[in-house]
Amino acid sequence: MPPMTPIISVSGLSKTYASGFQALKTVDLEIRQGEIFALLGPNGAGKTTLISIICGLVNPSTGSVRADGHDIVTDYRAARAKIGLVPQELTTDAFETVRATVSFSRGLFGKGKDPALVERVLKDLSLWDKRDTQIRRLSGGMKRRVMIAKALAHEPRILFLDEPTAGVDVELRQDMWQLVRRLRENGVTIILTTHYIEEAEEMADRVGVISKGEIILVEDKTELMRKLGRKQLTLSLQTPLAALPESLAGYDLTLSAGGDEIVFTYDTKAERTGITALLQALGEAGIRFRDLNTSQSSLEDIFVSLVRGRS
Amino acid sequence: MTSVSDAPPAFNGRAIAAIYRFEMARTLRTPLQSVVSPVLSTSLYFVVFGAAIGSRMQEIDGIAYGAFIVPGLVMLTLLTQSIANASFAIYFPKFTGTIYELLSAPVAWWEVVLGYVGAAATKSVALGLIILLTATFFVPLRIEHPLWMLLFLVLTAVTFSLFGFIIGIWADGFERLQVVPLLVVTPLAFLGGSFYSIDMLPPLWRTVALFNPVVYLISGFRWSFFGVADVGVGVSLGMTLAFLLVCIVATGWIFRTGYRLKN
Repeated sequence: MPPMTPIISVSGLSKTYASGFQALKTVDLEIRQGEIFALLGPNGAGKTTLISIICGLVNPSTGSVRADGHDIVTDYRAARAKIGLVPQELTTDAFETVRATVSFSRGLFGKGKDPALVERVLKDLSLWDKRDTQIRRLSGGMKRRVMIAKALAHEPRILFLDEPTAGVDVELRQDMWQLVRRLRENGVTIILTTHYIEEAEEMADRVGVISKGEIILVEDKTELMRKLGRKQLTLSLQTPLAALPESLAGYDLTLSAGGDEIVFTYDTKAERTGITALLQALGEAGIRFRDLNTSQSSLEDIFVSLVRGRS
Repeated sequence: MTSVSDAPPAFNGRAIAAIYRFEMARTLRTPLQSVVSPVLSTSLYFVVFGAAIGSRMQEIDGIAYGAFIVPGLVMLTLLTQSIANASFAIYFPKFTGTIYELLSAPVAWWEVVLGYVGAAATKSVALGLIILLTATFFVPLRIEHPLWMLLFLVLTAVTFSLFGFIIGIWADGFERLQVVPLLVVTPLAFLGGSFYSIDMLPPLWRTVALFNPVVYLISGFRWSFFGVADVGVGVSLGMTLAFLLVCIVATGWIFRTGYRLKN
């Protein structure tokens, strides 16, 4: 379990663009040191605006942000020096070589030349063989790696990954997940936004859900799944039923289209799930089953229900 | 949490150097476009007005016409190249999106400006000197005040690189990027005494010409060559410095407010 110290504190942050569009309402958020925090939200929810403000790309309308104790406006040098950013869009200097662009990033953050570090970063990202290749000659996946290498070139303590695996193949996604875990082991705090819920489910320590410019939930991932997760018990029947008997009306049951499965939905946090009583009632009704299995809501189910609940 | 050794430098010289090297490398990757093209096109003026028809034209203020136009033509190239270099340098990262890195780095606005404007001005000064050298092949040239000549060269390159930087931030498309250099600066340079002395104009048009800021640049620069000027050299220097100051203030305002960058 990572320590509870906040490395990023967002307080009363809002953003209204010149067009009048309010991308962020009042946002308060704390990111703990050393954790992997997944920020989930539908398109236009305000994820990128929030990240952009913290990283210095967009001016906030109100509120403040502290990164590792430094205000991002009044003490921007110290704050930004701690932060690495991998934006969502593939934006690279097409005519630069991989090594030159990573060295440029290091210089931009005020760090002296360190060929050994650049070599290590490039090797970690399987880019070493491409070090003298112009970026325009790389595939999309390779360009994504280059952007991560640039963000890591100044050894940040906080890394923002905005949709890091959007449009990349499975192999690269697995590589990135491994990289993120290694970074976390080295004490780097990771904040990632993603559309791939399984990515958050796989990686995150905590999950934040943002919708219409508001953080509607921040929760420990396993706790979130425990609290909000609904389980289902599926019973495969020996003999298909035309309809559920009246005696089972008190249970949250669904009969499958073929009548050969009964699905019982129950709440894992309830004092009593009702499974024992259900099985007894089934026996009394003469319903026999040949198999059973349980399944739990995925983070995606939870996310969809949360966002739908707000709309 | 934050150790002293972790603290970023109060002056990020490495960032300035990184931007400067990046920009200079871009120029060196495109020598035909960046160096050969402007030198060749300016040299054509020397060939036509200096070597070909210059000898048939009257001297101006006792100076052979071919030589008289050299400072104006150098200044014309300096203005257009400074603006083009600096405006493209900052506009392109905006266009491609790579500006995110600049905005998220621990860099002060004036450090960013020093990197970009420094590189653009370096290129312009180098071009100006190459063009001057080229001119000596076609026309007889003397420089009475070489230090003043260098001062005007550098000051003009810096000022108009800064102006170009502002245009690059303001522009929201490639057409806008070209509007000011093509429709404003080039006409002002041609009408600012590149090819003639404004003393040759009728009194009314001479007065009108004095509202053209380029007149002061060319006049001061020409004075450093031949010791003759349309307006006093002090006035030329003052006008150049005043325009530089306006550009510095405007750039500071842009970064402070995030105009066209962070909003």
